[in-house]
Amino acid sequence: MARYGMVIDTRKCVGCMDCVVACQTENSVPQGYCRDWITTEVRGEFPSLTMEIRSERCNHCDNPPCVSCCPTGASHVEPDGRFVHVTASRCIGCKACIASCPYGARFVHPDGYVDKCTFCAHRVRQGQDPACVSVCPTRCMYFGDLDDPQSKVSELLRTRRWHVLLPDAGTKPRVYYLS
Amino acid sequence: MLEITTTRHNPLIDPQLHVWGWEIPLYLFVGGVVAGMMVIAGLAMLRTAKGEDTARFFSVQTPLLAFVLLNVGMLALLLDLAHPLYVWAVYLTFEPASPMSWGSWVLLLVYAILLVSALVRLHEAWPWLGRTLPAVERWSDAITRSPARLALLGWMNVVFGVAVGIYTGILLNTMVARPLWNTSVLPVLFLVSGVSAGAAAMHLASRFFGRRPAPQGLVAGFLSALAQPLGPQPPEKSTVDTLIRADVALLALELVLLALLVLGMLTSTASHAAAAALVLGGPYTLAFWGAIVVAGILVPILLQSLELSRRIPHTVLPALLVLAGGYVLRWVMVNAGQASEIVQAAAR
Repeated sequence: MARYGMVIDTRKCVGCMDCVVACQTENSVPQGYCRDWITTEVRGEFPSLTMEIRSERCNHCDNPPCVSCCPTGASHVEPDGRFVHVTASRCIGCKACIASCPYGARFVHPDGYVDKCTFCAHRVRQGQDPACVSVCPTRCMYFGDLDDPQSKVSELLRTRRWHVLLPDAGTKPRVYYLS
Repeated sequence: MLEITTTRHNPLIDPQLHVWGWEIPLYLFVGGVVAGMMVIAGLAMLRTAKGEDTARFFSVQTPLLAFVLLNVGMLALLLDLAHPLYVWAVYLTFEPASPMSWGSWVLLLVYAILLVSALVRLHEAWPWLGRTLPAVERWSDAITRSPARLALLGWMNVVFGVAVGIYTGILLNTMVARPLWNTSVLPVLFLVSGVSAGAAAMHLASRFFGRRPAPQGLVAGFLSALAQPLGPQPPEKSTVDTLIRADVALLALELVLLALLVLGMLTSTASHAAAAALVLGGPYTLAFWGAIVVAGILVPILLQSLELSRRIPHTVLPALLVLAGGYVLRWVMVNAGQASEIVQAAAR
């Protein structure tokens, strides 16, 4: 069984937000909401500054706090690909998963259930990349099986320096940022 | 310098998490009061089962008042849900890793325990019930006349009262993403504060309603039964004194736990220290120190000590302050907790 992950090269990303718009279109994300977004991090003192631009989303963690806190099992891990998903018809909207997510990846859909990035499982299961990855004009995003040593994502994580978001939270996120 | 900007703008998430409004603090507060009343009523039942005459102390109206409050709390919980019509989905499964799943099932048991505890001897305070449903009177007698059965009911009240009190804290405590909640002191603090508020609620109800003659009939009889949590007769002075004495001890313990909470935050990781800053100079400073510590704990300790030593007359003021402080404690913890987050390290 695959264990999908995403690798994003922050040295190539220009923050154009194409990934954000592609996601909103592909997944009919309601207006005023977003499942992925751009974070810009500036460090240093002028004029010695360094900037990292990241396309952020649900990290589909290996140890997801949003899944363990869910009282109905609506928040769950899909056995194929280890996607962290929400079953809308079982979600009561208690919002515990939103409070438990250190990344702010979840929100309440206007229809009354919790929504977030699905890693475009519906596309991945048909052999396609997630919408955000497929439209990136700088080709800075990579998607693949982390358990497959031959995959592009595994190769990048072997050969490049990378970091994940808030590793101390112990969530074991699966979106990696090359730096 | 570390400057982070984001294009994310999701309602209830940005610029700061605020998914839980007034409903969850109210539910946590009411849950704490119910937990406290269950513990106190359960202890009284155990003493009754041993043969002590505590009829005027516990009677059955304490569980009845707790039962009504529990319904208020569960209504608040329901109103908080984004999809309240799906609430039954909680009872289609048991998720052992989810505190909320444990709490939902415990609430169901507590609902049954409080209902049975409330019905026991209710017909004495509410004659209409005994006349209309003689079966209730028979079941009640079957429990109250058997010390073993009454003791079992007492133990269930104590054990599940403690479980509910602790659960209201664990619900928040298990979330790694919110440093202010992520401390083991929180469940104990909520339990102690809940028992103290439960004692205050019983004290308050006894002062307001205890001395009225009990009306008969359907509605008036029920309301009067509800309004006499210490028994059909006015409570004895020693009974009220016992409640006040217990409340002072619990408030002092709560003070220690609050100090441990802040101290533990300050001496932990940068994220925890930042969470402590929310009540140490941050936006929740006045509510925390003014409303919870001074008005909700120190002033009631002082007033109740003076009452116990007969230097000032009994009033309902300390009980009101304790209850208000108990609510503000939940309000501050829920709101400041949502404002706390894991902070990133900066070079300087």
